[in-house]
Amino acid sequence: MSHAGLIEKIAEYFQNRSDVYLEAVARHLEISFVAAFIACVVGIPLGILSARGSKIRTFITGIFGVFRIIPSLAILLLCIPIIGTGPAPALIALSFLAIPPILINTTQAFAGIPGFLIETAEGMGMSSARIFFTVKAPLSMPIVLAGIKTAVTEVIASATLASYIGAGGLGNLIFTGLGLLRADLLLIGGISVALLSVSADFLLSCAERRLVRYRNPRIAST
Amino acid sequence: MIALSFENAVKRFPGATTNAVDHVSLDIEEGELVTILGASGSGKTTLLKMVNRLIEPDEGTIRLFGEDIKDRDPVKLRHGIGYVIQQIGLFPHMTVRENIATVPKILKWDKARIDARADELLALVNLDPAEFRGRYPAQLSGGQQQRVGLARALAADPAVMLMDEPFGAIDAINRSNLQAELLSIHGKHKKTYLFVTHDVGEALKLGGKVLVMDRGRVKQFDAPQRIVDDPADDFVRELLDSASGLRERRRGMNVGIL
Repeated sequence: MSHAGLIEKIAEYFQNRSDVYLEAVARHLEISFVAAFIACVVGIPLGILSARGSKIRTFITGIFGVFRIIPSLAILLLCIPIIGTGPAPALIALSFLAIPPILINTTQAFAGIPGFLIETAEGMGMSSARIFFTVKAPLSMPIVLAGIKTAVTEVIASATLASYIGAGGLGNLIFTGLGLLRADLLLIGGISVALLSVSADFLLSCAERRLVRYRNPRIAST
Repeated sequence: MIALSFENAVKRFPGATTNAVDHVSLDIEEGELVTILGASGSGKTTLLKMVNRLIEPDEGTIRLFGEDIKDRDPVKLRHGIGYVIQQIGLFPHMTVRENIATVPKILKWDKARIDARADELLALVNLDPAEFRGRYPAQLSGGQQQRVGLARALAADPAVMLMDEPFGAIDAINRSNLQAELLSIHGKHKKTYLFVTHDVGEALKLGGKVLVMDRGRVKQFDAPQRIVDDPADDFVRELLDSASGLRERRRGMNVGIL
C-alpha cells in the first residue's frame, strides 16, 4: 500500500466514520477517568494511612507492589471468569494498575513532611484536623498529583487492552485494524492513544507546577 | 506575680536510665526574660516543651498564672503561648502574612484585624510590611525567616513565649541583631520569655535571669551578673570558662603556641 493510499484511507475514515471515532475516544477517556478516580479514592486514603507507621506501610505497599508486577493484561484476563466481560472487569483491572503510583506517592508525600513543621503547628495550638487540611494536605498535594499523573498516563495506555474484553474505546480500532490488517485503523488508534496520554501528562504537569509556585524564590510577590 | 511555676517536675523518656528533667522546682516572675542554658541532653528543651504540653511530665505540677496546665485543653492552652524553634517551621506554602495569621485565624479574628496585626508585627521585627507580607518563606533569608517566626509567635499576644534555640542556625551578625531586637521587643511588651540556648554569651546577654541546667537538674537560677560573679559550683564555673575561652588560652600558653 502506498503512502498516498494510506493517507487517503485515513481521511476517508474520518469523513465517513467520525461518529465511531469520537465515540471510541469518549469511551476511552471515560474508562480511564473512572479507573483513575477509583484509584484515587482507594490509593490516597491508604497512602495517608501507610504514612503513619512503618509496619502498616510495609503491609500495604507490599500488597500493592504485587499488583504492580502482574501485567495489566493478566489482571484483565483473571477478571473474566469472576465478573465476566465488559466494562466492569476492565475498570477493576485498570484501577488496580493505577493504585500503586498514587499510593506510593501519597505515602512518600505525607511521610516526608518534616517533623518540626508538624511540631510547630501543634505548638501553636492547631488541632489535628486543622494541621491535616491546612498543612499536611496542601504540602503533599504536588507529590500526590505527580502520582496521579503517572497513573493516568498508564491507564490511558492500558485502556487499549480493555477493549479486548469488550469495554470499548480506542482499543477497538486497533484490534479491528489488527484483525483486518488495516494499517489506517492501527495508525489512527495508536496515535490517538498516544496523543491522549501526552495531553493528560501535559495538563497534569501544568497543574503540578502551579501548586509548587511557592518553592520558587523568584516569583513575583503579591 | 508568678507567671510560671514548676513544682517537682520530672520527665523520664521510655528506655532512658536517667531523668531528662529531674525534680525541677522554680518560679518565674511575670514579664521576665529567662534564658535556659545547658549542653545538649541537659533537659532544657524538655523543660520548655512541658510548658505547652508538647511533653507531659511524669511527676510534678506546672502552673501558668496559678492554674495547673493539666486542667487546660492543650490546644487552647497553646493559643496563649508563643512557640519559636531553631528550624523556624514557617509553612512553606503560605505567605508571610498567612503564616503570621495562623493563630489569629484559629481565634476567628476578622480579616481587617489580622491584616493590621500582621503589618504591626512585621514592623516590630524590622521587616517592611509592604515588601514582605506577600512573600513566601523561600524568598526570605534565614534571619528574615526567623523574624517572621517571631512575629507569628507573637501574633495573638500570648502571655508567655517559648523559644528553643531560635537563633542557633543564624550567622553571627544576624544573630546579634536579632538578639538586640528581641531585647527591645521584650522591653516594649513585657511578656514572660523562656529562651533555651547552649550559647553562654547569648544566655548572659539576653537573660534577666539565667537558668543553668545539667543532666535534668537546675544548677543555678540567678541574675547573669550573679552567675558570673558567684558560680554555684564547679560545673557552672567550667561552663563560663569554656565560653570565654580562658582555659584554651591558658592551655595554649603552656605548650607555647601563643
